[in-house]
Amino acid sequence: MSEIPILKIGDCLLVSIQVDMHDRLAMALQDDLTQRIVADRARGVMIDISALEIVDSFIGRMLNNIAAMSRVLDAVTVVVGMRPAVAITLVELGLALTGVRTALNVDKGLAMIRSIIDKSESADAHRDG
Amino acid sequence: MPRNEAAITALIEKHQQSLLTAWLAAQKRDGRSRDTGSDAATTDLARQFLQQLHKGGSGGRLDDISGPDWAPMRELLDDFSRARATQGFSPSETAAFVFSLKEPLFDMLRGETGTNAEQLARQIWIVTYLLDALGLYTIESYSRIREEVIGRQQQELLELSTPVVELWDGILALPLIGTLDSARTQIVMENLLERIVASGAEIAIIDITGVPTVDTLVAQHLIKTISAARLMGADCILSGIRPQIAQTIVHLGLELNVVSKATMADALGLALRRTGKAIVDRARPVESRV
Amino acid sequence: MLIETGETMPLRNSDDVVRVRQAVRARAVGAGFSLVDQTKIVTAASEVARNTVDYGGGGTLRIEVLRDGRRTGVRLTFIDQGPGIADIAKAMTDGYTTGGGLGLGLSGAKRLSNEFAITSTPGSGTVVTLARWK
Repeated sequence: MSEIPILKIGDCLLVSIQVDMHDRLAMALQDDLTQRIVADRARGVMIDISALEIVDSFIGRMLNNIAAMSRVLDAVTVVVGMRPAVAITLVELGLALTGVRTALNVDKGLAMIRSIIDKSESADAHRDG
Repeated sequence: MPRNEAAITALIEKHQQSLLTAWLAAQKRDGRSRDTGSDAATTDLARQFLQQLHKGGSGGRLDDISGPDWAPMRELLDDFSRARATQGFSPSETAAFVFSLKEPLFDMLRGETGTNAEQLARQIWIVTYLLDALGLYTIESYSRIREEVIGRQQQELLELSTPVVELWDGILALPLIGTLDSARTQIVMENLLERIVASGAEIAIIDITGVPTVDTLVAQHLIKTISAARLMGADCILSGIRPQIAQTIVHLGLELNVVSKATMADALGLALRRTGKAIVDRARPVESRV
Repeated sequence: MLIETGETMPLRNSDDVVRVRQAVRARAVGAGFSLVDQTKIVTAASEVARNTVDYGGGGTLRIEVLRDGRRTGVRLTFIDQGPGIADIAKAMTDGYTTGGGLGLGLSGAKRLSNEFAITSTPGSGTVVTLARWK
């Protein structure tokens, strides 16, 4: 069980990363999230990194993994709250967050998840209609 | 030789008033000094200096002003240098305050020690060494403070010349003016990203109408900033690219990979559309038909 | 140029990587680095530190604060006695990874630094030195 709390907001899961992550914690988080997405039938996963002063390629890999895994489970992943210094460093580092959408804060992240889910649902309805 | 130092310190105390008078007169005469305006302030400062001279010496040493006994004197000189630096005095003019005390002090020592040439020479050396150290300290303090002032002024100038404005809810604009050097561009761009976070604006319009030339380095900073903004969850629109700059960009083989509009007005129009807003004409009153 | 101050830290596991980040951050702050410069050197340190732990079998990090005239810098030296890197050029290309990572560790750290040097002998270990100046 990871020490990072996972909150449920409607059909979204919110994870707020507050601590300096080491390997075991990151693995535990990925496992927990996978289980919770299925258990709660979540359609969206929001990862709040506003407390992170450093995002290195290890954290980047974790975020990419979470996005890939939730996509398979039909959930949308949005990373919110990236700090300017972190963004500038990631650009310099050359790290691309593939399949990870980003938003400025939790509110916008939820709105983004909402609009993506609605769009895909109406596309499904249109197709099956 | 502690005997001489003790003697000097005692004499400074004994002759404080006459030293003060002679010193103030010397400052006025001194070609390096400038009129400082307030006589009362200068007199007060000079008196404090002499007092600290006595205190520092009483602690024991006249040949080393870095010790704790001399701390109040150093503070006094720091404040003095700061005042002079902000008033725009030169380092020499500032240090002249200290050096102009030499003559009055030598006169005083000659009066007291008079016929003992050996001892007088020794005392004059001690006093010279001490005042030189204090004068040099003033100059160093001055330099440090001047640099701080310049740094602060540069910062203010920077902020004044690159304001980030909120054009509308969620839309920021950064009108860049003047030539951009690498250092300035970095600071400006970091500032823009901070404002994006603070305001929650999803679109930032970077307008370069007022920028005469863009070189590779500046273009790279622009590209990096736009990438960083996107990583954070916002986006940028470039506006005001003049024909020459467009040519330079193509010539340098730079891939801007960002939507660019000719004018800020066009960029604002696009930004409004993207954020789901539209500007409509108000209904006009129905005209009477003939 | 003089070395103003320094410290050596062990790099044995991922907890040490966290400690390294904190220590490098503290030194960068002390050297008067801007926030962005701090972030860059701490991230670079994190990348190389992980490499040292994951591929080098663990090692040490020496952190030094340097002063050269009016410039201040922070230099990091990572040493391990691990298997070493046979083809350094290849290891430094983006995306190259033997361990399922993003392959950005060394090349990324280099991009984030003002100075970067790496020497490695297969079978004897690796030394990575990087520095960032204010």
